[in-house]
Amino acid sequence: MSLGLIFLAVWLMQTAAGPEQYQYFRAAMGSPLGKILLIGWTFAFFLHLGNGIRHFVWDTGRGFEKSQANASAWAALVMAIALTAGFWVLRF
Amino acid sequence: MSLRTPLGRVLGLGTAKDGTDHFVAQRISAIAMVLLGGWFMYSMFTIESMAYLEVMRFVAAPLNSVLLSLLCITGAYHSYLGVQVVIEDYVHAHGVKLLSLIASRFAHVFLAVACVYAILRIGFTA
Repeated sequence: MSLGLIFLAVWLMQTAAGPEQYQYFRAAMGSPLGKILLIGWTFAFFLHLGNGIRHFVWDTGRGFEKSQANASAWAALVMAIALTAGFWVLRF
Repeated sequence: MSLRTPLGRVLGLGTAKDGTDHFVAQRISAIAMVLLGGWFMYSMFTIESMAYLEVMRFVAAPLNSVLLSLLCITGAYHSYLGVQVVIEDYVHAHGVKLLSLIASRFAHVFLAVACVYAILRIGFTA
């Protein structure tokens, strides 16, 4: 997630630097490695979101039974995969 | 043989006694990040294209400028809090730990300032 922050900063700075600089960035993001990084970062975001919500629930003192914790772990993983797939399939 | 009392030996080795602030700040920034991150992902999903002018237009729209700035500042803060815990938990050498924490703080402030500067520059030139 912290690497995503660096990525966000580079995106904004390259945009602010003008169209020529931005083209370099866009070309890098369009390359296979760039696409893998973007998809990976999207997945990391949704997984972090899901697990963050699990922590919010735990903070209320609920969901600590082993079966519940296992179920919510799987729910977060499945949700992250579904949202990532949905994001990229529907986007393009 | 040491003449220090058992109490003298353990003083300063316990908890930092200020963890509650960190706990609360981590969760409040997390709530903000759910909203800002959700908005950002939705925006990236609905943006027409990643062409230069399209991105300029998106960043320069006043509400987007404000929300993007908040995303970067809150994101950097939330990230700093998380990285701080990782360093404190896994870096045991005192000097390296201290230097890592300072380096992390510098890096996060740098990223937040860079983002906000870029957003303002785009907003005022677009």
